[in-house]
Formats: sequence, C-alpha cells, structure tokens
Amino acid sequence: MASFKPTKIPIYPKLGEKVTQDTVYWKNYKAPVQIKEFGAVTNIHFSPVAPHNYAVTAFTRIHIYGPFSQEPVKSFTRFKDTAYCGRYRSDGQLLVAGCEDSVVRLFDVSGKVALRMFKGHTKAVHVTDFTSERYHIFTGSDDYTCRLWDIPNATELNTYQEHTDYIRCGVTSKLNRDLFITGSYDHTLKLFDARVDKSVITMDHGQPVESVLLYPSEGLVVSAGGRYVKVWDLLKGGQPLVSLKNHHKTVTSLCLSSNGQRLLSASLDRHVKVYNTTNFRVVHNFDYAASVLSLALAPDDESIIVGMTNGVLSIKHRKSPEESKEVSHQQRRRPSYRVFVKGKNYMPKQDDYLVSKPVREYLTKYDKHLKKFNISKALDSALQRKPEVTVAVIKELDRRGTLKNALAGRDEKALSELLHFITKNMVDFRFAPVLVPAANMILDIYRSVIGQSPVVDRQLLYLQDLLQKEINYQQELLDVLGMLDTLFASSVPRKELLCLEGMNNCTLG
Amino acid sequence: MVEHGDIRVVHRGGIARYCRFLCERGIFCCCRFLLCGSGYEVKVFSTSTEECIHDLRAHTDLVTGVLLRPSNHLQAYSCSTDGTVRLWDYTDGILIKTYVIGYPIYSIYTSANHSGVLFVVTPTSDKRSEFQLVAVHLPQSGDQLVEAREFSAVLSDVSSNPAATSFGRGGEYIASAKGLQLEVYFFKKQKFFLKEDNKKGGKNTFTCLACHPKDDCIATGHEDGKIRLWRNFNHKKEYTYTTLHWHHSAVSSLCFTPEGTNLLSGGIESVLVQWRYNQESQRDFLPRLGAAITHIAVSPDGALFCTSHSDNKITIIRSSIQVSAVIQGLVKGDSVRTDLMVDPRSKALVLNGKPGHLQFYSLQRDKLLYNLDIVQQEYIHQSGLEQFEVVKAAFDAYGNWLATVEERKQKPTELELNLKLWAFDEQTQSFMLNTTISAPHEARITAMCFCHSTDSQTTVLVSVSKDGHFKAWQLAPATHTEGPSWSCDFVGAYHSLVPECCCFSADGSLLAVSFQEVVTVWSPASWELLTTLSQPPGAIRNLCFGQLTCSKYLLGTTDKNLLCCWNLLTCSLEWSTSMDVSLLLSDPFSENMAAFCCQAGCTDLFVFKPSEPRPLFSHKAVCLGKVTRAVFAPREKMLESCEETSQWLNHSQLYFVTQYMVNTQHNEATWHYSREALKNMGLCIRIFTDTFLVYKSVYRLRWLMS
Repeated sequence: MASFKPTKIPIYPKLGEKVTQDTVYWKNYKAPVQIKEFGAVTNIHFSPVAPHNYAVTAFTRIHIYGPFSQEPVKSFTRFKDTAYCGRYRSDGQLLVAGCEDSVVRLFDVSGKVALRMFKGHTKAVHVTDFTSERYHIFTGSDDYTCRLWDIPNATELNTYQEHTDYIRCGVTSKLNRDLFITGSYDHTLKLFDARVDKSVITMDHGQPVESVLLYPSEGLVVSAGGRYVKVWDLLKGGQPLVSLKNHHKTVTSLCLSSNGQRLLSASLDRHVKVYNTTNFRVVHNFDYAASVLSLALAPDDESIIVGMTNGVLSIKHRKSPEESKEVSHQQRRRPSYRVFVKGKNYMPKQDDYLVSKPVREYLTKYDKHLKKFNISKALDSALQRKPEVTVAVIKELDRRGTLKNALAGRDEKALSELLHFITKNMVDFRFAPVLVPAANMILDIYRSVIGQSPVVDRQLLYLQDLLQKEINYQQELLDVLGMLDTLFASSVPRKELLCLEGMNNCTLG
Repeated sequence: MVEHGDIRVVHRGGIARYCRFLCERGIFCCCRFLLCGSGYEVKVFSTSTEECIHDLRAHTDLVTGVLLRPSNHLQAYSCSTDGTVRLWDYTDGILIKTYVIGYPIYSIYTSANHSGVLFVVTPTSDKRSEFQLVAVHLPQSGDQLVEAREFSAVLSDVSSNPAATSFGRGGEYIASAKGLQLEVYFFKKQKFFLKEDNKKGGKNTFTCLACHPKDDCIATGHEDGKIRLWRNFNHKKEYTYTTLHWHHSAVSSLCFTPEGTNLLSGGIESVLVQWRYNQESQRDFLPRLGAAITHIAVSPDGALFCTSHSDNKITIIRSSIQVSAVIQGLVKGDSVRTDLMVDPRSKALVLNGKPGHLQFYSLQRDKLLYNLDIVQQEYIHQSGLEQFEVVKAAFDAYGNWLATVEERKQKPTELELNLKLWAFDEQTQSFMLNTTISAPHEARITAMCFCHSTDSQTTVLVSVSKDGHFKAWQLAPATHTEGPSWSCDFVGAYHSLVPECCCFSADGSLLAVSFQEVVTVWSPASWELLTTLSQPPGAIRNLCFGQLTCSKYLLGTTDKNLLCCWNLLTCSLEWSTSMDVSLLLSDPFSENMAAFCCQAGCTDLFVFKPSEPRPLFSHKAVCLGKVTRAVFAPREKMLESCEETSQWLNHSQLYFVTQYMVNTQHNEATWHYSREALKNMGLCIRIFTDTFLVYKSVYRLRWLMS
C-alpha cells in the first residue's frame, strides 16, 4: 500500500538578481546617511592616514568629515569661486585644491588660511595632486596646460603644453616621483615623465576623459569618458586592454576597492557599478537618486561615499558583524542545543546492528483534507498559506476535477476572502494560468447572487478594473515587442539567409 | 506462435502471459499456495515468498476458472475455453485427470453438497440466451482422459462473468445475477424464485454477487456502487433488502469470509472495504492498492485475503487488513506511449507501467524490478478524469540521466507539459529528480533523444515539438547555492516547418532533425545548420543513423512508402527502396537495422545493413496489426551462430509491441465474452491492446520448454 503523496508545491524561478558572494558583500551596508552640501559634489578624497577623514569638494568649499561624523569636522571656505579637486598629501597633513579663479591653494589640515597660493594658470584648475616625494604639486587646468610646482618655494617647475583641450582629470604615481597621468577633453590620456619634459605615452580614449585611475601596481590605467570605461596596459606602452560600456550616460568617477579586486564606476545615469577586475563583468550595481559626480571608498571598504549633482552627499557604512547577524538574534529564544542532541550523539559501536527508525511523514492541513476528499476545507486551509501553496492546491483540485465544487457554496465572508486572494495574485504571471480559470468558475457559480452583497460587488468591480489594466498593459508590451522585432529584423545580416537558401536549392535540385 | 527456421516469436508478459485475463480467479489453499489462471496455464504461487512454484500447463486455450476440489483440498479443478476441465495436484504440479466437456467453459462452480457434480457455464445455441449454467456429472473412471456426457441444465440465461454466480449455504441453493435480474435456485425444493430488481435508475444493474456461507443472505454489487444484502427470499414477494453504499462506481467483486463475519468489496477506487456483517456501519479500508480491484478471494481459514488488480498484480492481505505480499507481473497500463527502452545500467526494459510511472522490467529474470514514480502526484481513481501520463522517456549512454515528458490534456487548447530530468543516484541505486521544466514547449513533444557520444564532457538532450521548434537542453554546472541543473541551450527551427523526429549520430557529432519533407543536419558543437537532405515526396516518418562501421549513413522513411539511405560524406542519396515502413530502428550493438512494414493487416520484418539495400533476414507476417514500438536489447551472453539469417541475433534480441492481440486467441467466443464482461462488470476489465512479443532464437525457446 503506497502512502498518500502530498501536493507538490512547484518551485518558481526567483526573479531579480542572483545571490552571489558579491551581492552579499556589497549589500552589507547600512541605510545611507544623506548630507546636503551647497552645490554639486565634484570630488571626494580620503586621507591616507588614520582616522581617515575625507575631504568633500562642493561649490566654493571643502568640508572635512570624520569617518562617522555627520557634521563637517572642518571646512575650508577661503575660495573666491568654485573649488575643485581637494586632495590630501600621503601623510595627511596638507591639502591642495584648485579653483575656478585659476589659483591653486595649499592648506594645512589644521589651519584655515592657505599656506601657499600657486598662481600661473590662466583658467580654472580642475586637477591638483601631490607627487609621491611629497614636495611637488601637479596641476591641470582649462588653459590646456599642466604644471609642476615646488611647495617650499611656491615656484613653477615646469609647464607641459601638449593637450589641446581642457584637462579635467589626472593622477600622480604613488611609486615613481616623476610620473603623472592626465586626461583631457581632447580624448587623450598622457603619461608625463618629469625627467624628460614631455609625455612618454599617449592613449586615445575616443571620448572626453572624465576620470583616470592608476592601479596600485601601476601597471594598468583605467580611464572613464563618455559611456566608456577603458583599461590600458602601461607596461605594453599604453595598449588598450578592455573597453567597458555598461553605463548609458557619461561615466564621471572611478575607484578601486581596498583589495584591488573590484573596480567601481559612477555615472550620470545615477548608477554605481562594481566590476570584477579579472573578467571585467559587472557583479553589482547601486542605484542613487541623482546623477553621481564623485565616488570614494573608505579603506577596507568601510563606507561608500557618493556625491551627486543635487549637492547630496550619500554615505553608506558597512554593517558591523553583529549587525549583519542581528536578524537571527531577534528571533524567539529556542531550546538549547543540548535538548536536540539528547541521545542522538550516541556513537554506535563497531559490531552494533543499526535499525533505522521509520521516518514518519507529516501531512500539512490541506493535504489531510485532500486525503479525505474534503475539498472545500482543503481550499480554505490553503488560503491561509503562501500564494504558491494556495495556487498549487487550486491546481490539484482542478486536476481532480473538483475545483468547481470547492469554490461553490460559500457565504459572503468566505467568498470575499477567496476574491481577495484572486485579485491579489491573478496578474502575477506565475499564477495566472491557474487563477484565471478559477476566477471564471467563480463568476459562473455566483452569477445569480451578484448584487446581494456590497462587499463582494466591490471586489468584483475591482477585479474588472484590474483585468482592464492588465489587458492594456499587455497590449503595450506587445506594441514594444513589435517594434523590437522590426529592429532585430533589420539588423540580421542578409547574406547568411541567402546562403542558406542557396544551399537548400542545391539539395532540392 | 509463428515458426520460421530457427527464429520464433515468443510472447512475454510476466504473470499473465497473454495479458488478456490476468489473474482470472485467485484462490487459496491452506494459506500457503495461491492458484491463478494465467493465459493458457495455471500458476501456483507461494503466499509467503511471492515466487511462482509451478506452472500447470495442459490447456490449449485460455484458462477461465480455477477451483479447489471440495472433497480433497490438495486438488484443484481448472476450466478453459478449450472445452476441458482438468484436475490437478497443485502441490506437485501433476495433472490427474482431464474431463472433456466439449463446449467452451467460462466459469466453474462446485459445492460440498454435490459431490461428483460440477457446475459450468457454457454458451448455448439458443437465440434468447447466450450462456447457461449446466450441471456436469463426472463419470467415475480411472482413466486419465474422461469424456463427460451427463449434462443437465440448471439455469438458462446466466451471465458469463464468474463473479455473478455463487453457491449459498453450503450448496443448498445457487444464485445468479444478470442484468437487472437475480435468480435463486433451490436444489431441494426444485423451484425457482425469480426476483426483479427495481428499475428506477438505469445504473443499478448487478455486477457481482456473493452468498453468505451460514445465513440466508445474498450480497450483490451494483453498477452505481451500491451493495445490497438480500434476505427472506424463501417466500415469493416477501423478500427484503438493505443497501450499503460506499463505492462511487461499480462494485467489481464481493466476497464473504469463511465464517461469514465480514464482507469484502472492491472496485475501481482500488480500495478494499471490509464490512462487518450485521454491523454495516463499521467499515475498514485498505486504500491505494494501486489499480482497480477485479477479484477478491479469501483463504479457506480466513487468515489471508487476496485481491487481483487490473494492472496485472495480485496483492495478498492479512486478515488484519495489512498488505503482506505483492505478486506483480509486467505492469499493464492503458497503453505504451513511451518508446521501449533498455536501461543501460540494469539492462532492464523500460516502458509505461502504473499510471504516471515507468516500470523497469528485467528481461533476463523475467521480473519487474521497480516502478519509478514520474508524476509524483496522488492518483485519483475515477473514470473520465484526465490524468498526467508519461509520454516520452530517454536514457543517456551510461544510464546516468533519464529524461521524461509527462502531459495532461484537459481541453483541446490546454496542454500541460512537464519535462523532468532524473539523475542516477549511486547510493539509493535509483533515479532522483534533478530538474523539472514546466511547459518546455508550446505543443506536444514528438521526439526526444540524448547525445550518445561516449567521450564528450557535456550531455545534451534534444526535444522536438509540434510548435515548430527543437530545443537543446544542457547540464549547467553547479553553483554554490544549488547543484547542477538543466537549462535550455539552443532553440532551432527551419522555415517554420514542423519537426517530427530527431536522431544523434553514433559519435554525437551530428544531429539530424526532420522537418516534414526535409532532413536537416546540425552540428551540436556550434548549433550550425550543416546541410539539408530531402527526397521528395513524403514527410519523414522515422529517422535513424547507422551504427559502428555504417555510421556515415542516415536512414529515413517517408509516409509515401520510401526507405531512403543518405551518405553523409557525399551528402547524397545512396539508395532508396519502396516499402511502407511503420517502424525503423537500429541495433546499437551491431550495424543491423530492423524495419517493420505493415501490409494488409500483417507486419513483415526486414533486417538489413545500411551499406547495402539487400535484407539479411526477412520474415513475412510476424504478427497481426501494426508494430508500434520495438527495441534491441543486449544479450547477456553473445551467441556464436554462424548461420547468416540468425547472425543478427548474436548480440541482441528484438522486442516489440503490437497494436492488437495475437490472432490465435482471437476467436469469436472470447470476443463475445469480453464484451459481455465489459457490459456487466462496468469498468473492471480493460482490454489490453498491447501485447508483448519477443523475437528470439530457438535456444531461448528450448529453455522455456524444459
């Protein structure tokens, strides 16, 4: 005698993204802290030394925030016009910033007034950085030049006039005191060597370059411009390695995760994307409310800081290990482990003959009713469960040919419960094939009593409304599909088809 | 049986060799043996070990009844439509006596009160009634073969259904039901009592009856599922009856326990119901016995019950209503919709079994190994209900994967399809469900095959559907959250034609899919269309690659009676011949191919090699009707036959299933009987239209005979 086979609940494919190691890692951040700045946040730079304060350049100010502060711990406001590119020196003591008024200012992080003012550029300075030996400053400006300055003497050391458009990004090498890379709106990236007074490598990005990033090993350069993110191999003389086109608006900022395994890119399309640096696939995606202009990751990925065009600075802190396990702590205290293992951790001796205990199968409530052919009760108890279960039971009743009997004979309360379930789940494409015939049956059965109960009538009207909306929606989708089909049809190469037909003719002939 | 040279057709089928009337009447003897008529023979089973102890063979036609001799419980009578009653010593399996009656016998009854008299049901020449109950006085003679001549008619116009007649109260009277009429014949008073059943509804025809062994009480089963207990029928017009109702459709068998304390009933619900006599509200149930109950028998001491089922099974049940043993032959389903297959691991034959199951039947041991539950749903025994059926199945080359397709068609527009992939589990030595793909195609799947290559790393499954597409399914590697599962790799179509068959070449490097009149050849590595072959006119019916040395040939049959062989190296037609091939299959263990041709109601068999259009072996009229499924099964031991005509059977045996039964048993009377039985018993007997036939050489046959 076979035992009763319980109703099978189908496993529906999970919609949305798959859970990977990356999503687990990148989702493990708290809800963002939002701070309103005075204007668009153009640059964020972390101090290389603990406690890793960060400088946020927005409008005419540079604010310094502590790692967990929501108020600026310090601010530099002595700019006559919009400030650009506030960057820390590698010891975290000095900060340099460019300005729309073409003056480059150097600050002591503890002071307020600029220590040095470097004048020489004729237009706004968008790029500033310290060289790795810490006594020089490199700047890039809208006057198409980039310059090297000496900090102690506040004098200009050299001028490079190779770019033919605005210089909007650049970075100095952390390993070599003489190397720096600039990116310009003339679509090129140039690697300069201070020892030879001219660029040594030129790379053509193809779009105005918005951001440039050096790998920690400094063998690879990443550039962003237009919709593209491109990776270049410096050791092979600036050979292009990969070109990524995952954003649909200009990419504005780049950054690497602390271990160098993931690359992040921010764009005006309001997304921040995370790439795996081994295969350059997108592994995660963050959405923001406005176009993202600047992006920075705290050391050890402790926080993600994003500046947007609407002046909002969004700070996401990583959840501490206790917080990420918080969910399990909130649950009811269970009996201790000892209770469960009692008598079960007995190890059988070598010669013992093991008799396995017959596993008792427990049936759920609806299965018990189904076993006894109590179909209405089975449906009632299934309605209390998850929609997947309810739909499976409705399907099972339909298979048994008794769905009509189960739906019939309900009073107002039971019927409205049923209708509530149907209206809630009918437009779900996973359940529609089962629920639409059931809804039809309900209408057939209860047609004679329509108008007797205001509750049921309201639900029926709502159902009608819902169906109309769904039909309109499907119509629109079909329209889109038709458009896509024409697009695809025109993009299929014609040649192949001809070739196939030719072959066919041959064999037929 | 058809004889030709040294190659013969052998019929196979487990318990019931001819699959017609399965366990005709199971009866018990001293709790140790179970006798049942099966085809031309009577089988003796042990009730404890489920093994068949003896085959009692002597009848030359279907055995219709088996009965213990009342005076000696170590002997049993059996009757057959060949017109003889035979007396057996079933413990030793010896035929004691043969009584020649001269008319086909449809059932046999006896009682302790009437020693030396047998009651048999035979057909009459009378127009008004088809069957009559005749008392046969057995002559006392020492001879083995005795001709019985003393007949006296007891009842005219009785039902041929063995369950519709019964002796009551140790032989005082005999009751028989037919249609809406119940007749009771008292031997002492020599008078008839005629009873008319109420004719209100049309559904209360009698289906079976049983008489209480101690009381004057007759229990009758009806078409509408009711059981009536008739009492007080000694006096005309004053009879009374009580009605018991539990069954929802026809009661097919009733039986009282020897002491008369319990009444057992069964029907299509496959539930054995035990009613307490005189306390009918108390019932015991034994549900989910697997298939409709056709007959119930009780051992003389009442300790064991036995039910025979419509799927070729006997269940032995203890009186405490617990199953103690199951004797299962080849499971008889409604039809064989999957191809015949051979499981590469167990070498078992695989085909449809119980509803929603695949059965694995060992050909070597002639025994059912196990049933694999494919649908995994509670089977509802109800006539007219559309059920999920397994319609396609395929094994991969090593037997690691099994793919099955189940479908349920409720309305013409609604087709529910599920494609399931099963992985072989070493630990449980069975197939475990790996992936379920619901609605893999929009229309019915017409063919399905695995890539047969033995060296490739990935396994590919191709399914072909009437929706105009074929799909390739591939095993996706395991992710860190879940194990490996199957997903769609490629969807192919050709000029919006409807594909019909698909076939992989022996090394798995080519896939041939037939689209109506065109054969397309694809490369599974890149899913590129390599070439198209077509030989008008006619849509392709079968497609088959050659094996081993002939693997460069692709063979196809069309519905315009053409067998074509293409050479794939030159992409041209090698040869073609005109024959109406209904089934073409290749032997995976040799180059040979078998073609079944249907001509004038008979099927001819041709065996040939693809390299030349000359048959190696041909056999006219192998069987009646169309051969629907066939398979080459490997031999355990290779034969060393050198004779040219039988060489093709050295590596393998050919098994096939036909549309109809074999003609020899298909005479007029049996037809009559089955129709009549169907009419009376409602649904309890379904005609099994697929018969097993085995093509094999004489060696095997000799072994069978010894």
